[in-house]
Formats: sequence, structure tokens, C-alpha cells
Amino acid sequence: MSPILADVLQVSALVAALALVHRPLGDYMAGVYAGKRHSRVERWIYRAVGADPDAQMRWPAYLRAVLAFSLAGVLFLYLLQRLQDRLPLSLGFAAISPDQAFNTAASFVANTNWQSYSGESAMGQLAQTGGLAVQNFVSAAVGMAVAVALIRGFARARTGELGNFWADLVRGTLRILLPMAAVAAVLLVACGAIQNFSGTQSVTTVTGQTQHLTGGAVASQEAIKDLGTNGGGYYNANSAHPFENPNGISNLLEIFLLLVIPFAMPRTFGRMVGSVRQGYAVVAAMAGIWLAGVVAVTWLEAAHPGTAAQLAGGAMEGKEQRFGEGASSLFAVSTTMTSTGSVNSFHDSFGGLSGGVLLSGMMIGEIAPGGVGSGLYGMLVMAVVAVFIAGLMVGRTPEYLGKKIGPREMKLAACYILVTPALVLTGTALAMATGNGESSMTNTGPHGFSEVLYAYTSASHNNGSAFAGFSANTGFHNTALGLCMLLGRFLPVVFVLALAGSLAGQRPVPASAGTLRTDKPLFTGVLVACIAIVAGLTFFPSLALGPLAEGLAA
Amino acid sequence: MTTQTQTPPHTPVDPVRHEPGPRVAGGLFDPGQLLRSVPDAVRKLDPRVMAKSPVMFVVEIGSVLTTVLAVADPGDWFGWVIAAWLWLTVLFANLAEAVAEGRGKAQADTLRRAKTDTVARRRTGAGSEELVPGTDLRVGDLVVCEAGDVVPGDGDVVEGVASVDESAITGESAPVIRESGGDRSAVTGGTKVLSDRIVVRITARPGETFIDRMIALVEGAARQKTPNEIALNILLASLTVVFLLAVVTLQPFAVYAGAEQSLVVLAALLVCLIPTTIGALLSAIGIAGMDRLVQRNVLAMSGRAVEAAGDVSTLLLDKTGTITLGNRQAHAFLPVPGTGEAELADAAQLSSLADETPEGRSIVILATSRYGPRERGPGAPAQADWVPFTAQTRMSGVDTDGRQVRKGAAGAVAAWVRDRGGDVPDTVRDMADTVAESGGTPLLVAVADDRGARVLGVVHLKDVVKEGMRERFAELRRMGIRTVMITGDNAKTAKAIADEAGVDDFLAEATPEDKMALIKREQAGGKLVAMTGDGTNDAPALAQADVGVAMNTGTSAAKEAGNMVDLDSNPTKLIEIVEIGKQLLITRGALTTFSIANDVAKYFAIIPAMFAAAYPGLDRLNIMQLSSPESAILSAVVFNALVIVALVPLALRGVRYRPVSADRMLRRNIGVYGIGGLVAPFLGIKLIDLVVSLIPGIG
Repeated sequence: MSPILADVLQVSALVAALALVHRPLGDYMAGVYAGKRHSRVERWIYRAVGADPDAQMRWPAYLRAVLAFSLAGVLFLYLLQRLQDRLPLSLGFAAISPDQAFNTAASFVANTNWQSYSGESAMGQLAQTGGLAVQNFVSAAVGMAVAVALIRGFARARTGELGNFWADLVRGTLRILLPMAAVAAVLLVACGAIQNFSGTQSVTTVTGQTQHLTGGAVASQEAIKDLGTNGGGYYNANSAHPFENPNGISNLLEIFLLLVIPFAMPRTFGRMVGSVRQGYAVVAAMAGIWLAGVVAVTWLEAAHPGTAAQLAGGAMEGKEQRFGEGASSLFAVSTTMTSTGSVNSFHDSFGGLSGGVLLSGMMIGEIAPGGVGSGLYGMLVMAVVAVFIAGLMVGRTPEYLGKKIGPREMKLAACYILVTPALVLTGTALAMATGNGESSMTNTGPHGFSEVLYAYTSASHNNGSAFAGFSANTGFHNTALGLCMLLGRFLPVVFVLALAGSLAGQRPVPASAGTLRTDKPLFTGVLVACIAIVAGLTFFPSLALGPLAEGLAA
Repeated sequence: MTTQTQTPPHTPVDPVRHEPGPRVAGGLFDPGQLLRSVPDAVRKLDPRVMAKSPVMFVVEIGSVLTTVLAVADPGDWFGWVIAAWLWLTVLFANLAEAVAEGRGKAQADTLRRAKTDTVARRRTGAGSEELVPGTDLRVGDLVVCEAGDVVPGDGDVVEGVASVDESAITGESAPVIRESGGDRSAVTGGTKVLSDRIVVRITARPGETFIDRMIALVEGAARQKTPNEIALNILLASLTVVFLLAVVTLQPFAVYAGAEQSLVVLAALLVCLIPTTIGALLSAIGIAGMDRLVQRNVLAMSGRAVEAAGDVSTLLLDKTGTITLGNRQAHAFLPVPGTGEAELADAAQLSSLADETPEGRSIVILATSRYGPRERGPGAPAQADWVPFTAQTRMSGVDTDGRQVRKGAAGAVAAWVRDRGGDVPDTVRDMADTVAESGGTPLLVAVADDRGARVLGVVHLKDVVKEGMRERFAELRRMGIRTVMITGDNAKTAKAIADEAGVDDFLAEATPEDKMALIKREQAGGKLVAMTGDGTNDAPALAQADVGVAMNTGTSAAKEAGNMVDLDSNPTKLIEIVEIGKQLLITRGALTTFSIANDVAKYFAIIPAMFAAAYPGLDRLNIMQLSSPESAILSAVVFNALVIVALVPLALRGVRYRPVSADRMLRRNIGVYGIGGLVAPFLGIKLIDLVVSLIPGIG
């Protein structure tokens, strides 16, 4: 089988699997968030945290709950790492330094999973499984809850009520993420991923050297790492490590897990607003961008002009022999476009132009399909902007799903799209201007610049992957990237919830022949163009000095 | 053509204006206006004025910055040229606004002339009169106006009837009748009483009269940003911030790359990227939109109302005068058994010759068109004794030798026949009833001669739907707008006319309360409603409707309640108002899209120019093959400035609008302004580069 055919079959199988679960999963999630009943376990949890799951929250209350819960998560993770040496199951590792502990706490609560530490040589089992893995679930559930609140903003009329955060959080975790992760973990174990509490094993290799192998609940963390678009691996090598990702089948399964919830969320959206076609328009925009990225990177990597690359049938530096060029490119595009950030190959080693595509995948705002929940709300905010411009061109005050996009809605959407570019550009500029960027680079020239740009792009967009050459564990970067992650996560949440509140209070305008149809391919095209142009115009100069300068030099 | 002649309200009515003619189109654009508006444009460089438009304010700061840099380094010709073109960019933006405002100013001047100081004859409590300046009048004062007097202020006629020349306001030279009571009682300050004597109760304080508001409106002094304009400004401001960030942060990256950029180049890049095209034209588009209404003799009391007009989804239209011609017309001759149709038509025509009412004339026309001009033997009409139509007799006719012919209302003619010993058979009553049930009005034609008095038959008068209304309503339907006909007729009649006119729905036997309830019902469903009205009892509904167009002939209560006034009092204009509202929004959207799409080409011009020296690979992005870095940057800046001037006519005229579905409209506008906006600057910049590179020392 030729490599091209293999790549095509692999992508086709993936798309078919995603299409197959799109409807049932999307509908199931819509049912979960619309449901009225509470299970016994859920009632215990509500009683334990003192929350009334049936109380409707307006947007400020919803936001307060999101922020309070997340702040508690940051503090808890920070203490867990700082006190690691005094807590059980530490595997003998020392306490984490303050700046790294802050960076890691921010990273996991913000659903970024940027890892400035090296898992197997720094984090004990309590921190990994009791701290980080827990945040993998709940930070993902927070993202989904915010997305659902925005959907309710569109769906509801003349009320400021957006649902109940605690109910959304608990249901997302218990009814969606936990059962899916359990199934996924079993499948991963079946593929050969490890799952134990056996601590570090020392083995003597054939060359006579001693190797220390850290064991742990790897398959279970792997499942939620991908499913919740988190990305923080048990091992530093992440999904390139054979214990996390043993073979081609597990690799494809992991890619599926990355994409499955983000691609099903538009169905949930369509269901909840009462028109599945609206969801199709959104998912088509996501899928179009993602597929274009996959084709571009696979082709660029296969056509890499280096001699060694041509002999190997593609650029294989930094890629696992187990997966090959196609599966690595597919994984790379999927992980950067889902805000996951787990890697099965080293993005640093990708060619200049394909590195640029991976960067662009994040720069468009992690919306194709984006993180769980965050991808959908990011895409819907872009849709609001697209509706505004396109809506004017049909001669009406723009409206999306019957809700008018007036000054207040525009202000919130504009603030949303300002946040991450501001963080990426000022973060990178600050790092470069202070010399902190250059001192952490492994490479020189445009590629070195790409490493810094990639780090700040990844953190601000809550992706978490890195150009591996970049040494991130310095006081400056730990702090700056930590701030980028927190602000890049929670400032947009503020604007999204305020937007949801504003939309929910409106009386919907009935659609007519004069209304811009947002459930048609034409609108999907406008949306994609809008995303490409807004992100492209913002980041073109920085991309020119990094990936483009490198890629076009050849 | 000067601004003075653009159908200002004082000129005699332009016969073309009332033709359906071109759909939504603005006034013509005259390049000379650009030159005349230069002084105003320069005045607008005041930073306090500029700050209102965030985009252009940034450009002005860039201009100041580059000028300071040029002064600091006078030998750098490039800095001077860029500074000059940045100033021109700002100036062009101001010019666009000044030209748009200039048109309104001319109209305001003519209005001011009408507002000369008047002396009012105020009635005192004792019943005598005193002379006071018009500016001293208070609400509730009673003033007396006689022939030749100028009405000193807005008010309602409480006594008398007079013909009034309102040309100062409406441009219509034919005098109108104003009388106490009823729906024609409002008079406007500045209009002239031509005959008789009226007593007016003043309803507006000096300085707040209709003419004062008109002046403020056409001058743009009362112009406030509309919600959609504010929302668009927010989007433009946020894009400006994004590009500001992109340019400011570029310097550290450039330093790392070993290609530190001069501030002049960075300022040029920033100005090229921020959406200057739409930023420069935004306020001109809004002013021109209001102006298009004024040119159609419609005064919008707020820009918000114009914007709402584009969103209207339900139009309430009065049947009479809007959908049908004001008068009924003869439709058919229905002879009684034993009488031929030609005989009936002949009698009907003869008896209507003395009837000057439109109905009477229509009978003559119908009979002539069906049976040819009546053969009139010489002398026959000479002996005729004509009986004209009066409201008392409700009949008209003619008496010749031994033969009397009458035509008129069914009851009156039947009584006339009986008086002459004739008989009115039941078949006649049945025929009349059938006509009435179908929505028409039956007139009887009778004759009394040597064979006695008898009824010849029935003339079917019918409401005539205005020509082209059916097509107009079909267009509105394609635009997603529902039309509802309002009529006092019974349901059966209303349905017949509604079907013929092709309206979507009708409200029969409508009372003002019904109208109000209908509006509230539509609004509860989230729809925006537009209506016209003139009577005092329309006022609550006009106030409730999202777009309420009051007829200028109407009462001051109606004019106060609506948010627009139509000086021509032509209810059909509501449709044009909706189209102007839509066109305003489309123009904004199209130019925004164009402006943003332009940036792609500018990047391809400027980025290689900035960095190809450091990273030669980036020269591959120079797909336009621009001759030198300086020429590339300069060409982009020049294009950016010139495109503003090039689009001024479009901003003032508005983009072409045709009533089609949203899908088709979007496809077309994206094709023209999106794709066009992407491609045009590649060509434009290349062209400018070819010219610029000819200048020695650049190419």
C-alpha cells in the first residue's frame, strides 16, 4: 500500500467514525444539559458543595461560579505540588518550585496542559492522578458548561437565565466525560497502554545500563487527556511514548478521542437551538478548516525537499517510526486545532511551512473544532462577527438565530476576539524585547523565533503543545506563560457569558425571506473566510518572520 | 449642477420626482463638490472632531508622527512623501463627510429663508387682538391669519377655512386647504395663507417648530449615531486595536531578525492595515442615507428610524390612496333584461357628461372606450338642460326634448323613477346587491321619456388597484416583508381587493383600536412594523409602530407621533423608505467588507518590502513584482488614500439595491465587494507602482 493511499484511508476512517458518532453523541449531550432529573450521586455532590442545582443563574452568577471553582482549582493544584514531598504517593519527588507550580496549576485549570515539567521525573502519583487528572475532567467540563450557557443564550427568549453552573459542571463530568473516558481507557489498555500503580521499575538493558521506568495510571490519564482536549501526558514524551501510545491503532483512537466531543458539540448546539441545520453549518466550517490543515501538513511534510527526507519518503526527523509521516501530520494538525496539545511527534522538527500551518491552527482561535466547549463558543463568537458583516450586506440589522447583534453584542464579541491576539503578540514581543525569548531558543534565525511565537501562541490559546526546542522552565516564561494561559482562558469566558446573558434577554426576531440564512453553505463559506482573514491579518507579520521566512528560504 | 438645485424644498415641484422612475437612487454626484468642500474638510482636522472616528483619529496621529519625523530628518524624501499621503488620507475622509453634509446645508439655507421674522396677531383674553413678534408666542396662544399673512408658528386651525401655500416646506406649489376640525387642521409656521381667515392655536414653542427641526435634520446637527453605526464603529475600533498591536509588537521581532524598521514604515503599515476605507466613509454613508430620504421629501426624525425601516417585516398600508386609486371607477355596464348594453352605456355616458366627479368622468371614459365616441347630432346637446351632480341630489343627468336621463346613487335614482310613476323591478335590486357584495358600488341609470320612467341598468363602480402594486407586493414578499391592507370596508369587499392587489393579509372594518392591536400583536412576535397615517386617531398607532410615517397633510398630533413625515403625503412611499433603509445598511456592510479584504494585498506589498532584505525567501511574497521597497510601501499608502476618494460617490449614492432574497443579495455583494475588494488593490497597487517607479530615485 502506498503511503498516500494509507493516509487517505486513515483520514477517511477517522472522518467516517466521527460522522457516525456526531448525531448520537451530540443529541445525548443536548439531553444531558436539558435534563431535569438528578442522579443520587449528583445529589450527594450538590449537597456536599452546598449548591442548588435547580436554581437558574443569570450571567454574573454563572461567571462567579466558574471563576470561584477555577480559582479553587488553581490553589488546590498549587498546594498539591508545593507540598508534594510531604504528601504520600510522591515517588520520592521533591516539591515543585513556586513559579513552576503556578505555571502547572494555571495550565491544568485553564485546560491548556502546557507542561514546563517533565512528568516521569517530577510529578508523583498523587499529583498526577489526584490533581492533574482530576483537572483534566473538570476543566473540560467547565469549557462545555460555558458553551452550553452560550447556547442557552441563543435558545432562550426574554430571560437572563443561563442555567445552573454546578449542574452543568457535574453532569458534564459524570454523564459525559467519565463514562467516555472509562471506555476509552479500556480500549487503550487493550491496545497495550499501561495502567498500574507499581512505581518506578529499574531494568538492566541489553547494553548493561540501568533504565528507570516510571509506571502509573497511564491509560486512564491518556483517555481524558485526549477526550477533554487537555494534552498533558503522563510522560514528557507524551503520545510519542510507547506506554501512552503503543501502536497505529491506539494512535488513531487517540486522534478520534481528541476530535470526538468538539466535533459533536455543534450537533448539541443545533439540537438546543431547535435547528440541527444551524449546527451543520458550524460543523462544516470546523471540518473544512481542519481538513485543509491535514491535507496541507501531510503534503508539505511528504514533499519535504531535504535529501534524507526524500529517501525516507517524508520528513521523519522528530517523528515516530511506528506512526510514520501521515499519522504524525494528522495527529499534529488535530492536536493543534483542538487546543489539546498532546503530541506524537515533535512539532519543532516539522518543516517551516507546516510548522506555520500548525501555528495558524491555534492562531485562528482554537475553533476548528477547538477544545471541548471552548471550540464551539469560540466559533459561535466568530459566527456573530461574520453575521454582523454579512448581515449588513442583506440590508437588515444583523441577527443570528433571531437575536440582534447590536452595540452591546458587538462590543463583547470584539473584546473576545481581541484577547488572544493581544496576549500572543504582547507576550512574544515582551519575551523578545527582554532577551528572554532568545535565551530559551535552541535554534537560531527564524526557526528560533518560531519557538518563542509557538510557546506564547500555544499558552494564550490554551493548546499546551510546544516546539520542543524551547526551554520553557525559567522564571520569566513560567510566569508569563502562566498568565497567558489564565487570561487566555478566563477573559474570553467573561465575554462569552456576558454575551450569552445579553442574547438570552432578547426577544427573537422571526426569520423571513429577507433574513440572512445562517444554515446554508454560503454562510459557512463567509464564516471560514472571516476566520481566515481576521486571524491572517493579525498574525501575518509574525508568521512572515518565523515559519514563512524559514519555509520560503528553501 | 450645484447643490442649490438638488430639488431643495423651495423649488417648484419637479415633475420627474413623482414618477416611479429609478428605484432607490441618490442625487447625482458632482466632482466639483469635492473642491468646494475642501475648506470644511480642513476645519475637520481638529483632533476634537477627529476623535469621534477612532480609525481616522489613528491616521491623524500617524500623520503628525511622520511629519515630526520628517522635520527631524529633512533630507529623507521618503518620510516627507509618506507624511504627505497620510495627511491626504485624513483629508479625503473629512472631504467625504463634508461633501455629504454640504448637500444638506444648501437645503437648510433655503429653509432658513422661509423662516423670516413674522409678526403675529395674537388674540387677547378680552377678544381683541395685539401684535406680537412670532418668537414671543407660547403654546396655546390663539393667532389670527388672513390672506397674505405668514403663519407665525405651528398649530391647529380652530376656526375657519383657508387655502394655504405650503411650498416653502413641501416644494408643492399648489395651495392646500386647511380647516378647523378633522384631519386637515394642521398648519406649519412659515407657510402662507392665500385666502380667507383662520384662527390658529399654537402647538409648538418658537425654536422647536417643524421648520426648525427640519433645518437641524438636513444640516445633520441633530445627527446621532444609530445603534448599528455604533456597533460597526466598535468592530472597526477593535480591528484598529488588533492592527495597532500587530504593528507595535512587530518591532522587537524585526530587531531579532536584524531588520529594524523605521517609524515611518511602521506608521505607513499601520495606516494601510486599519480599516480606513470604511472608517473614512462611515459617517458620509449615514448622512447620505438621510439625505436620500430628504430628496424624496421625507423627513426622518432620527437615523434610528431609517435603520429600523430596513428591518421592517410588516407593512400596514391603507387601502385608499395607497393600494387603490383614491376614487372608484366604472368597471362594467349591467343592463336590465330587455335593454342592450350599448343603450345603457349611451345613457350612462350622456347622463355623466355633467358629472365632474372622478366617478362620473370614469363612466364617460369607459363608455367611450367600449362603444366609441358618441355620435352627437348637431344641435342635440345644444337644447340639453344639464343637471350637474350634487351631494344633495346624488344624481346627475340631462333633460332634452321629452327625454330625461339620470345616473346616480341607487336609492336616489330609484326614488326619481318612482316619482315619475315608473317601477323599479326586483331584478335591479338584485343586480345592485350583487355588485355591492363583490366590493363594488352600484349606480343606477334611468330614463324617463314617452315610454315612461324606467331603470336601464346598473353601472358597476369599483376600486381600482394602482398599476404595478401587485408586482411591488411580490417584490416585498421576496424581501421577506408581509403587507397588510387596512380598510374600513367589510370583509367581503376587503378580500376582493386584497386578492386583486396581491397583499398578504387584510384588516377589514378597521378601527384605530384594531390597528393598534394588530401592531402590538406583530411586535409581540418580534416583528418590526411600518405604517402611514394622517388622522389624529392614527396617532397612537403611529407612535407604536417602529416606523410611523405621518402625512404632511395630516394633523399635528399625527406628525408628532410618527418618526417620519412625508411632505408629499404619498403613502406608497413607505415602500421606498424601506428600500432606503436597507440600502443604507448594505452600503455599510459592502464597504466594510471591501475595506477588510483590501488588507490582504497591502500585506503582500509591504511585508516583503520590509523584510526581504533580512530573509530573501520572503521576496517570493512580492507577487506583484513591485519595483522597490520604497515604491511598494508608497504605492500601498497612495492606493489606500485614493480608494477613499474613488468610493465617495458610491458612499453618497449607496450601493445598487434590488429587491431580491437575502441569499441572492449576499451572493452578489460578496462577489462584488468581497472578491472585488480582494483583487482590486493588487491591480491598483501594481498600477501605482508602475507610475511611482518612473520617478527618478525610487524605481
